[in-house]
Amino acid sequence: MGITVSLENMEKIYERPKTLKKAVMHYCPGCGHGVAHRLVMEIVEELGIQENIIGVAPVGCSVFAYYYMDIDMQEAAHGRACAVATGIKRMMPDHYVFTYQGDGDLAAIGTNETIHACNRGENITIVFINNAIYGMTGGQMAPTTLLGQPATTCPMGREQVANGYPIRMSELVAQLPGTIYVERVAVNTPARVRKAKKALTKAFKSQELKKGTSFVEILSNCPSNWKMTPVDSNKWLDENMLPYYPLGLYKDEISGE
Amino acid sequence: MSEMLLMKGNEAMAEAALRAGGEGYFAYPITPQSEVAEYMAREAPKHGTVFLQAESELAAINMLYGAAAAGFKVWTSSSSPGISLMQEGISYIAGAMLPCVIVNVNRGGPGLGTIQPSQGDYFQTVKGGGHGDYRLITLAPSTVQEIVDYMGLAFDLAWKYRNPAMILMDGALGQMMEKVQFKPYTDPGRDISWATRGKSEDRESNFITSLFIKPEEMEQVNLQLQRTYREIEKNEVRYDTYETDDADLVLVAYGLSARIASKVMHILRNKGLKVGLVKPISLWPYPYKVLNELADRVKGFFVMELNAGQMVEDVRLGVNGKKEVGFYGRMGGMIYSPEEVSEKVEAFARKIGM
Repeated sequence: MGITVSLENMEKIYERPKTLKKAVMHYCPGCGHGVAHRLVMEIVEELGIQENIIGVAPVGCSVFAYYYMDIDMQEAAHGRACAVATGIKRMMPDHYVFTYQGDGDLAAIGTNETIHACNRGENITIVFINNAIYGMTGGQMAPTTLLGQPATTCPMGREQVANGYPIRMSELVAQLPGTIYVERVAVNTPARVRKAKKALTKAFKSQELKKGTSFVEILSNCPSNWKMTPVDSNKWLDENMLPYYPLGLYKDEISGE
Repeated sequence: MSEMLLMKGNEAMAEAALRAGGEGYFAYPITPQSEVAEYMAREAPKHGTVFLQAESELAAINMLYGAAAAGFKVWTSSSSPGISLMQEGISYIAGAMLPCVIVNVNRGGPGLGTIQPSQGDYFQTVKGGGHGDYRLITLAPSTVQEIVDYMGLAFDLAWKYRNPAMILMDGALGQMMEKVQFKPYTDPGRDISWATRGKSEDRESNFITSLFIKPEEMEQVNLQLQRTYREIEKNEVRYDTYETDDADLVLVAYGLSARIASKVMHILRNKGLKVGLVKPISLWPYPYKVLNELADRVKGFFVMELNAGQMVEDVRLGVNGKKEVGFYGRMGGMIYSPEEVSEKVEAFARKIGM
């Protein structure tokens, strides 16, 4: 037995932004990347900046971001997105430039580039997806993997003496004089998705001020490598990631402008 | 004709890049070429071009990637250990088919080595260096004038073939002061339709990548690169010959060694030995053909390099077993004197019955 729904006289209230390509994403069911991609592209559409924005994709699960985001993009070497973005922005200071990076890319192999781009106050937006695990390579320990959290390279759970502590990037870059906007958000509930969009909008718009780096950390899930259902992973994020990675605004030097 | 100036190699290089319309320079200081960044810091703003001191060579080469992928005429310079750090980025730049110029002011290695001049990076430059099947167009100046002349040429070749070009010189040339003349430069025009400058409504989005996960696609990209390399090999071989017409023995040397070789040639000619010189200018593509042709009429070849014997392998490939190939090299930043090399060449000449 089926239900027949007529689309006549119905108002379309939700659709694919024009800035997202008509492509089926390769992300696992329930993964937060799809939501984060959409948020960034909604903002590009709403700000009307498709013609003057350049994105930099990382190495990690979002390595194919340019197959989905309908804007000019560059694929950076692992960890070098902020250096690549710096090269673009210095040549085209009036264009919007952003990086979209995961935790391995931004906070392990690329920490140096991240810190120095933020410290120079490169006028770019850094979108940082923190899901506390290496997704693309299959669940190895990330720099942001929580103590006790199992990963394939710390199967008994991350242990401090052997593996060190999970790194808090928002707190770190907020201390640097070059950043003007730093916020940590999450995409595991509809309310948080809306809040994430507000933060991202602010971050992208801040490039107009030419005053420094905007950094938005998005806590996201990885059902496949956390080895749980999407619903459980969203709950796990609340219970485990939020205590160590508190959501909120870490720096805002733009709101008064 | 423009005026004659007295300039240090490193500074002349920077000035040449500015005059050739270089729009951006990203680099990290390293001896013996830090004057390049100092010159650019001072002069780039006057030309309205971009200079940025990166936090590392790793960052510098990736800034270059970003700027080149946005369609700008950009370059960097470094010296051996810094160039080693850039190898990953150079492979990505080659894989993504991006034009740019990289200068290596070669110092002695391996490791941290010495800051004294060397030609020890020949293999790294022309045989790979980074991962994968790629090639760098490589030009080797032997005078400050040639540094200046090849800078514009390196940009033009890089853009003509959408391939990175390297200028491989040594620390002595960077530090040497010589007279130099800047010839007027005209940009032959650059196609940037592929570059990422913002997606306009009338076209699909441009993306620059070296990632092709499907082997069928990756093979096609490789085949395209190989076609470009064959084109470059066909069109861009450059070398100079000196007194090879009546030569019985041909010296082969590039860069600083070619200057010393020219003195060796005169010493030996004064002693009655008919010695000529081939100076490769493009180290890739390599001038195999001229060596192979000379091998039909000379009695032998002698290669001198400031390394343990690297280019000599290419000379042997060119000569292809037709004649004996001798070699003498110094390493670790030591430079041979013309007299020292002359003795080695004379001994070689005797050995091959000259």
